[in-house]
Amino acid sequence: MRNTSDLENMRDAMMAAINDLGKDHKEVVLLDADLSSCLGSDSFQALFPERFFNCGIAEANMVGMAAGLSSMKFVPFVHSFACFSSRRAYDQFFLSCGYAKQTVHLLGTDPGITAQLNGGTHMPFEDIALMRQVPGITVYEPSDAQSCYELTLQAYETGKSSYARFGRKGITHRYPVGTKIELGKGIELADGKDVAIIATGEVMVGEAEKALEALKSKGINATLVDLHTIKPLDVELIEKVADRCGKILVCENGRYAGGVGEAIAAHLSTVKPTKMAYLNCGERYGEVGKLDYLKEAFGFTAENIEKKVLELLK
Amino acid sequence: MLEQAKVEALTKKAEELRELTIREIGHLGAGHIGGSMSIIEILTYLYFNEMNVDPKNPKKEDRDRLVCSKGHAGPAVYAVLANKGYFPEEWLSTLNQGGTNLPSHCDMNRTPGIDFTTGSLGQGTSAAVGIALGQRLKKQEAFTYLIVGDGESQEGQVWEAAEVGAQNKLGNLIAFTDLNKQQLDGYTFDIGNMENIGTRWLGFNWHVQRIDGHSFQAIDRAVQAAKKVVDRPSMIILDTQKSRGFAPGEGISANHSMKFNEKTAEEAIKVLRERMGGLK
Repeated sequence: MRNTSDLENMRDAMMAAINDLGKDHKEVVLLDADLSSCLGSDSFQALFPERFFNCGIAEANMVGMAAGLSSMKFVPFVHSFACFSSRRAYDQFFLSCGYAKQTVHLLGTDPGITAQLNGGTHMPFEDIALMRQVPGITVYEPSDAQSCYELTLQAYETGKSSYARFGRKGITHRYPVGTKIELGKGIELADGKDVAIIATGEVMVGEAEKALEALKSKGINATLVDLHTIKPLDVELIEKVADRCGKILVCENGRYAGGVGEAIAAHLSTVKPTKMAYLNCGERYGEVGKLDYLKEAFGFTAENIEKKVLELLK
Repeated sequence: MLEQAKVEALTKKAEELRELTIREIGHLGAGHIGGSMSIIEILTYLYFNEMNVDPKNPKKEDRDRLVCSKGHAGPAVYAVLANKGYFPEEWLSTLNQGGTNLPSHCDMNRTPGIDFTTGSLGQGTSAAVGIALGQRLKKQEAFTYLIVGDGESQEGQVWEAAEVGAQNKLGNLIAFTDLNKQQLDGYTFDIGNMENIGTRWLGFNWHVQRIDGHSFQAIDRAVQAAKKVVDRPSMIILDTQKSRGFAPGEGISANHSMKFNEKTAEEAIKVLRERMGGLK
């Protein structure tokens, strides 16, 4: 079992998973698009030089190549920044991988405000919506090192294509080694009965954890779910917390349209209409800035989560 | 060099495959006749003279593979695969019918013998690069053959694949451009001129040849030369005629997809047979 507690960046957790998979499965190959040093995929290259391909700045071709390699029984992991993995190579991922039933694990780094200093051109909020439209794949966004490592191993085991969105830099160590983390099953971090906060990704789960404390001091006991798997949706857990709390706030470093909040609302509307609120980027494009600035600018803060909860409880 | 008897056999086979393709589309009442007819010779040569494939074992691991990136030429590929024995020729009358195994564009999950799904133009080129790379990683002696349309080559993805194929020195990738000089809306000359396409591939450091795409001798010389090039991929530009052998579509602009019935199909086949008289 890999010890993730000393890893310093999320990208290291992802590369630990891919490198371990590479050791166990000679079919695993890694393709990058001139962003090798950004992900640290050169660590895979050092271990398995013949199974690493830097495809240059040509993401559409890279994803199509990966599909071809899959048809040769290889299992490609493919990396670019999330804006390019999703938008720029979308038709290739949808058709050559999805429709053609090839298995490709697509990595999108620096989604939403984690794109930070690369700014608005590199800041995809819509990648969740795009990837949710590809039938049959897994979409996940880990909130810490251990879940990133575990979920990636499990995504591989599904034998189906996947899309992972995660920030490269910085890391949270929320789950100790040995924590039960199951792809497709959200994790309950608190089980209060007054309101449920469902958060996806490192930024939002982290801010929501802080908000929990502030709410508790006001006498509000919240449920908090780390919904690391976006597709397939953990409807069992969502229905459970809807039953328990009756009110849900969904927090995502993404858009409402096609996003996690809309997916949850759509499901609950059919089985258990529930009063809901949302925290997302709204109709905004990205912009440049450091993470702390962007959290404030987009309202992705514990304070704003607290405010949204109080409004929801009015 | 192909023996004369072989050339004659392939020529007869090509005519048979043209008839199957014309009937297949005529039975449906409409389809991509133009770009199907222009690649009959290259398909005939590859499947009946060159490729290491086994219709009884279509997924044979170390087979040569073909990606028809111009996926709308599916009807021609289906006629070839049926005649080769991958599936019964009766299937050809199910083209595009609901539930068919022969959809308008090539589908690896439906049709035995199709090595990759294509239809969104440009995408087959990248898949072929990946397949050729995979063959090399698996240390197979196999080749990947790729057919790209000249109109399709307006897609940027083709040139991304060109670059990466050359960078990886994929000597086992042999591609063909079906230079039939026409596309859906008319002549490539008027829309996105492809006459100098050979020099473009040369610029990407591919081994390039340009030949008469309807001549088996020329195809044979070019393919055998390409197989000897080990340090870069090969592009063979096939000078072809769109709708070749389907008289109602020859020499007209609107021959990409045509509506015609079985009667027209039989009349066209009669014309084709008259032309081929010396060989019958």
